[in-house]
This record gives sequence, C-alpha cells and structure tokens, in this order.
Amino acid sequence: MSHGAQIGGSIRRRLVLQLLVVAAILSGLLYFTVRSVADQAVEATQDSILGSAAIAIAEELRGGDEALVIDIPYAAFSMLGAVGEDRVFYRILADDRTETGYADLPLPQRPLSGLSAIYYSASYDDADLRLAAVERSVLVAGANVRVVVVVGQTRTAKQAIVGRMANRAAALGLGFFAIAAALAVLTARSVLAPLANLAEAVGRRGPQDLRPVTRPVPLELVPFVAALNGFIGRLGVALSRTETFIAEAAHHIRTPLATVRAQAEIALRQAGDDRIRATLRSVIRAVDDSARSAGQLLDHATVVYRSDQRADEDIDLGALVEAVLRSFAPTAELKDIALTADRPEQPVKVWGDRLLIESALRNLVDNAIKYSPPDTEVTVELREAKLRAILRVLDRGRGLAGMDASGLTGRFKRGANVEDVIGSGLGLTIVREVARAQRGTFKISQRKGGGTCAELSIPLR
Amino acid sequence: MRFLLIEDNADLARSVQTRLSLDGHGVDWAASLSQAEDHLATAGYDLILLDIMLPDGDGRDFLSAHRRARRDTPVIVMTARSAVTDRVALLDTGADDYVTKPFDFSELEARVRAVLRRRAGSAQTLQSFADLTFDPLGAKISVGSQSRELRSRELRLLEVLLSAPERIFSKGQLCDRLFSATEAVTDNAIEVYVGRLRRKLEGSRARIETVRGVGYRLTQT
Ligand SMILES: Nc1ncnc2c1ncn2[C@@H]1O[C@H](COP(=O)(O)OP(=O)(O)OP(=O)(O)O)[C@@H](O)[C@H]1O
Ligand SMILES: [Mg+2]
Repeated sequence: MSHGAQIGGSIRRRLVLQLLVVAAILSGLLYFTVRSVADQAVEATQDSILGSAAIAIAEELRGGDEALVIDIPYAAFSMLGAVGEDRVFYRILADDRTETGYADLPLPQRPLSGLSAIYYSASYDDADLRLAAVERSVLVAGANVRVVVVVGQTRTAKQAIVGRMANRAAALGLGFFAIAAALAVLTARSVLAPLANLAEAVGRRGPQDLRPVTRPVPLELVPFVAALNGFIGRLGVALSRTETFIAEAAHHIRTPLATVRAQAEIALRQAGDDRIRATLRSVIRAVDDSARSAGQLLDHATVVYRSDQRADEDIDLGALVEAVLRSFAPTAELKDIALTADRPEQPVKVWGDRLLIESALRNLVDNAIKYSPPDTEVTVELREAKLRAILRVLDRGRGLAGMDASGLTGRFKRGANVEDVIGSGLGLTIVREVARAQRGTFKISQRKGGGTCAELSIPLR
Repeated sequence: MRFLLIEDNADLARSVQTRLSLDGHGVDWAASLSQAEDHLATAGYDLILLDIMLPDGDGRDFLSAHRRARRDTPVIVMTARSAVTDRVALLDTGADDYVTKPFDFSELEARVRAVLRRRAGSAQTLQSFADLTFDPLGAKISVGSQSRELRSRELRLLEVLLSAPERIFSKGQLCDRLFSATEAVTDNAIEVYVGRLRRKLEGSRARIETVRGVGYRLTQT
C-alpha cells in the first residue's frame, strides 16, 4: 500500500526500537543488580563462617606460664569445610611473631578491633582468598601477649555459587527482555491501529466520495484529519470547478456546432445544385467528425480514470443490455436494422463498474450498427459460461475482411473497411480498457456467414 | 407535431425551428425557463425539447419540477455534455431521451417517434388518404380490415408523400428525408423503398405514381 508515497522511516519501527532499547537497559540493570546482590550475600555468608572460625580459635587460646597454648578446635574447620572444596589456611601470631600456621598468610591493612572480625580479600599462593582476622590479648608468663588469629579460605565455591546465580540472573534478564519486546510490538501495533483504520476508511472510498472524514479518531490524529478534510474540501471545489468548466466549454462549443449542422441541413433541403449539396454534406460530416472525436476522447479519458477509481457494484448484465438496446433502437430503426437481444431469462450478475461496462457495450453496438448496411440484423447475445459472462455483439455488416483484428483496439486505429463511415478510432480502445479493468477479455473477429463478432467476457460475480 | 423548444441560443433555436418546420412540425420557442412556463400554461405540446444550460436556471431542475407536477408531456434533452456519466444522470432525472449536440434531425425524429410511441401508444394520430388509414406511431397502414406493418424507411417515405398528396417530390428531396446527411447514397437508392411501399399499398386506391424524370407523387385512383 505504499502507492506512490515516499517512505521516510517507520513510526512502528522507531517505536519498537525505542521500547527495545529501554527494555535492554532495564534487563541489563536487572542482571547486574541480581548478580551483585548474590555476590554480596554469598560473601557475607563466607565472612560470617570465617569470622566465627577465627573467633572460635581465638577463644580456645589460653595463656600459660611459659608459652601460649594453642588448641585448635577442629569444629571450626569442619564449619569451613561445609562451604565446599575450598582450601583453608590459618595463621596465629603472638606479638607479631607467627606461632603456627602459614607464616606468609597476608595480614589486614586495617587495624584490628578485638574479637569483632576484620574481613579482607587477598591473593595468596596463586589463589584468591577471603580472610578474617581477630585479635585478643592473652596473659603469658604474667605478660600480656597480643595474639592475632587469621583464618582464610579460597573462594572457588563462592564463585561457583555466584556464577550459578549470575546465570539465573542472565536468564531472568533475557526473559524480561523477550516479554518486553513482545509487548513493544503489540503496543506499537495498538498505538498505530487507529492510523491504519483511518487509512483503510479513506482508501475504501469510491471515486466520487469527497465527503469529509467524520469517524472518531484519537486526539493526536485530529490535526491530521482536520488537514485531510481541508484538502478534500479544496479538491472538491477544484473538481466541481473543472467539471463546470468542461460542461460550459462543451456547451459553448457544441451549441454553435449544432447551429452549423442544422443550418447546413436546411440548406441541403433547399439546394438543388449537386456541387453545393456535396459541399454541404461534407460540412455536416466535418461537424459530426469533430463532435464524435471530442466525445470519444472525453469518454476514453473518463474510462481510463474510472478504471483506477472504480465504483463497483452488483450489475445485472441482462438489464444493462436491455437499457443499451432501448437507447439505440431509434438509431437502428433509421437504417431498418433489427436490433435484438438474445439472453437468458434469469439475471446474469457481475461485479463491476456499471458505467465502464455500459460504455464498452455502447461502443460495440454503435460499431455494429454503423458498419452494417440497412435491412440487416444486429444481435446482442448474453451467455453464462465457465464462471464468465459473455457478451457478443453480432452483425451482418461488412466484416473485417482479412484485416489484422488485434490492431483495431489501438488508439485512433481505424480499419481499412471504414469507407465513409464517421469515427475516431477510439471505440475499441475504450472496450479494451474496460475489459482490462474488469479482468475480462475482448476479441473481435470475422463472423461465420459474413459480418463481425465482437466478444467481451467478464468474470461472473 | 407541436414542439416546445427551450433553448437560450437564438441562432440554434431559429435553425431548429426552421429545420423542424421543413418536416411539417410546429415549433414554439422559449428562451428561458420562465418563458417556457408561460408557453406551457397556454398551449399543449406533443413534446418538449430542452437545453440544459439556461439563463434562469438548470434544465435538469425544470425537468424534476415538470415530473413532480405530473405533467406528462415527454421531454427530450439536447445536451452538450456527451460524457458517459452525464448521459446516465440525465435519464435518472426523468428525461425520456436525449440527443447530444450537434444532432442529426432524422435521429431526433426517430427518437421523438420512439418516445411518443412509448408514451401514448398509437391511434391518436391516425391519418387517412383515399381508402387508406395510416398510423405513423404504430407504423401500420390499413385498408378496410387488412393492416400491414411498415418498416422505418417505408413509413417515413409515406409520411413525406402524405404530407402533400398529389405534389411531386424529386428523388433528391425524398433522399434527404430518408437518409441521414452523412450517408452517401445515390438518388436511385430511393427506388428500392418506393418499390417496397408500392407493394404494401397494393389493394388500396392509393398509389405512388412515377413522374418520369421528375420524381414521385401520391395519388388515388
Ligand atoms: N462491427 C464492425 N464491423 C466492421 N468493422 C468494425 C466493426 N467494429 C469495428 N470495426 C473496425 O474496427 C475499427 C476500430 O473500431 P473503433 O470502434 O475503435 O473505431 P471507430 O468505430 O472507427 O471510431 P469511434 O471511436 O468513433 O467508434 C473500425 O474503424 C473498423 O474498421
Ligand atoms: Mg466505433
């Protein structure tokens, strides 16, 4: 439906993209938040275990008369072991001297504060450690000794837990993003729905329908609809001005032509001289010729215009045939041509533009009458066959006499058989145009037994 | 026949008047809708010839008013608008038929005949000559109890001859009445139709006489 419009971006795409960017940012935030909360929670758990282990060890230290008694409670380590496959390190210092444990286990940078543990991270033995340190003074040989207990543990298990939780967080973020994306598409669609409805309502209009758009629209579309209605109004004015102009032009040109023709006919009645009569006849011919051409040109333009802007309806071809024949009856009668219809009793329904089909039929009947001699028959045959309505106009006239029938539908193309019959060569062009617009076919051929058969076929309703 | 011609262009109106009077019709001319109303109030007409663009209004409005008032004088519109759309609209407004300017008078006459036939049937305009009764609308002649159909050209030929019995019409004159001005016919083409009409007249006292070298006349024995 881009139909001649320049495409400059898409509101839907822009809307969806913006909603997706917001969703992506929110998903990212969600992921990092969940991850860091998990990280902190796991770290806090490890810290509290490390802290309790350090305190448990520190509390088991006893002073002695000669030396510090270190009695490591293994329960403390089993507590640590529960965390996982992590290695555990410890170091106990008395007055800054390592009494037992790993002598190079790093100490905290910050000052210690008694039995409330200090937690810190450090790297040791190519591993990432989390450590807890406590201090306490113990009376050894009557002197206060400052004892520091450091307990450390690698963080493999913690990282595994955090990794698992991060995966969950990532899945959560992705899920959130997917739902948000689907919602974005739906939102874009529902936001744009009134626009699509409006476009459809305007697009469905018939060619003559220049009423303003009155269907309710969302507030945001009001300026657009107001502008559209303004435009429709101006178009209507311009069209009716053009129509008036064409009508007036036709009136002012055709009225004097009618006068000329009538005067020439009067003179023809009164003239006796053959040369004058011949001249008068050619004046009348010229008048008829120009009027016919002007009329056919206008009809052709109308048909081409209406082929794009169709006003389709249910048409009964039988009734249409009768109406056209009624209007041609006097013309046929003038030449004593018997003009008859041969059609089924029941209606033959097609879906199309009545005016287009009527124009086509008029041109075919016009041809049949004017290319036939007096005292002959012209028959309009209507048939239903294989989902098609077939209209045949049959005459016993001069026929196509070995002419190339396909060339006759060209613009301004007249056959070699026309002799002195007046015409502009647009009749069959109009018929072909109508056949195309109605998704039908047209062919004209020599009729068996003499004359012409013109056949227009249109898909049935 | 008596026509009311409603047409604002004086030149055209005069030519139509003259041209129709050549065929023996009487034509009153109204240059505007108000004049037309005056005419219609005082006289009866067989047919109204109506132009669409008039100084004091649109012919189509006249037409709808005419139909609303249930006046049944048939109306043939002379339109300058030949486009398919306009033609359809005209008939919808209530015109009995239309001709597109410039028009052929024999076609106009044929349309008038068709409209009158549709409207009134026949029998109102019977003409008689000798023992012959002629019904132009029904396209019939009858002699005694015997009636015969006439084809269009036979009918028109008889009409011309009957318009002035005993008068001699030349072949050229008759051709002008039978063939449209753009048809290329030789004067001898008329002989065919004279022959046919003679056969139809057989058994009556009316007959068509050939006046050698001059033409034909209708006479009775
Ligand atoms: N029924 C027919 N019998 C013989 N020839 C025909 C018939 N119909 C069409 N033709 C030929 O096809 C030609 C094209 O027809 P077409 O109706 O397009 O033009 P036209 O009749 O010459 O002019 P107009 O536009 O005024 O109808 C005619 O000039 C004529 O030679
Ligand atoms: Mg044609």
